[in-house]
Amino acid sequence: MIGAIESLGAWCNRHIRAFGLGFRFFVAMLSKVPSALRRRRLIRDQIHFIGNYSLLIILVSGLFIGFVLGLQGYHTLSTYGSEESLGLLVAVSLVRELGPVMTALLYAGRAGTSLTAEIGLMRAGEQISAMEMMAVDPMARVVAPRFVAGVIAMPILALLFSTVGILGGYFVGVRLIGVDSGAFWSQIQGGLTLFRDIGNGMVKSFVFGIAVTFIALYQGFQARPTPEGVARATTRTVVSASLTVLGLDFLLTALMFGGG
Amino acid sequence: MSTVNERPLIEISGLTFSYAQRPVLSGIDLQFGHGKVVAVMGASGSGKTTILRLIGGMLKPSAGSVVIDGQALGPLDQEQLYAVRRKMGMLFQFGALFTDLSVFDNVAFPLREHTDLPDAIIHDLVLMKLHAVGLRGAHALRPSQISGGMARRVALARAIALDPEIILYDEPFAGLDPISLSLTANLIRRLNIALGATSVLVTHEVQESFAIADYVYFVSNGRVAAQGTPSELMVTTDPFVRQFVDAAPDGPVPFHYPAPPYSQDLGISP
Repeated sequence: MIGAIESLGAWCNRHIRAFGLGFRFFVAMLSKVPSALRRRRLIRDQIHFIGNYSLLIILVSGLFIGFVLGLQGYHTLSTYGSEESLGLLVAVSLVRELGPVMTALLYAGRAGTSLTAEIGLMRAGEQISAMEMMAVDPMARVVAPRFVAGVIAMPILALLFSTVGILGGYFVGVRLIGVDSGAFWSQIQGGLTLFRDIGNGMVKSFVFGIAVTFIALYQGFQARPTPEGVARATTRTVVSASLTVLGLDFLLTALMFGGG
Repeated sequence: MSTVNERPLIEISGLTFSYAQRPVLSGIDLQFGHGKVVAVMGASGSGKTTILRLIGGMLKPSAGSVVIDGQALGPLDQEQLYAVRRKMGMLFQFGALFTDLSVFDNVAFPLREHTDLPDAIIHDLVLMKLHAVGLRGAHALRPSQISGGMARRVALARAIALDPEIILYDEPFAGLDPISLSLTANLIRRLNIALGATSVLVTHEVQESFAIADYVYFVSNGRVAAQGTPSELMVTTDPFVRQFVDAAPDGPVPFHYPAPPYSQDLGISP
């Protein structure tokens, strides 16, 4: 009994400590964002690096999800004779939910893991220590520019995902099945709102960008500087970031769209 | 104790440090005089690298002090510590080159971070530093394209990019072939003379370090086991130093890690 209480206490201690360390890291990182913003070349390089890493997988996934939405949407809508609403269904699903969420999950798996591994290996190879010994703050030089780049890249990637997805839905719904092209686009034009749909979707992907990039960078920085430590950290990035994105998505959806 | 210079540039007093529960240094005193090459020697795990990290302020001692040029590191905040570190250059054991940058950009890194020099001057300075370590021709290569010995020389060029007053060397000879070994040793001595720097050399290579050091400390069990100039230590009868100099497998530094009696582990009655 005492043993069980002890292990519960140790578990709580460990998690509170991890939370505290994470929070301190987050604050330290944010405090270096202004200085990172002054070094635009570093941010530009990182956006290019992170964006390139994720672009292909995001475009291909977006296209296939658009195909599936077009197909499934048509079958469901045709039951009620509302096939002409297919465009709106595909667009709203993508812009509000699937775009931001799927992009964040794919980003975590592709760019997030490489950020964790990169920083973990920099630690293992004493590159971070070397930087500190050169009186260069790794938070300002390595972490903050990657964070800013990730936060900027994520909404752009989500927009591209949704755009390609809508084109995929159009291809299946209009070109293959034969839904009226005018109806497809006019439903989107009439039904999709700039702030409520696109704006909220952008806010979501911005929040996911903060969460996933922070988790990836933190895991890389906290990784044990060994091959095994880096491997574990990359796994933790995918698991923690995915769960965080799904949890945040529910929270944000409830706040943005409520029950109404 | 005034062993190297009347007014040492680096002064370590009563330094104590532990990793978790494992004590590494127990009240050690060391002094490093201006313009000298001082070697800190000892067996693997004796705390040599820890001393280097404490001098660089990368670790905080549990007791005692590290004073650099009259400034104690203990109470400094990050900004003040960084100001002290700008006087230092450190050569890490495996170079610690930035793998995403070319050889040129690695050496240019501290210049770009700490100066506002125009690109043309940085270009010339980097080539001069690379020339000093014999690798001007390798400036366009990536760290993955050069050998371990070359990587260490590039790291040395990077460490001296800002002409530091203090150069810290962490096992500069480890894993080098005989040519690179003597090359590196000569470089350390030459750079020390050219820059007028104070060099702290953490190593267990007796021959090379005795050839270039002005003074040597032997560290064992967290304390200074012996010290002196290389010529004094070559003729000493101190068993610890003799074991090192003669490369004897057993002696004050035991061959066996502490263990229960052999017969007990094998289940044989004594």
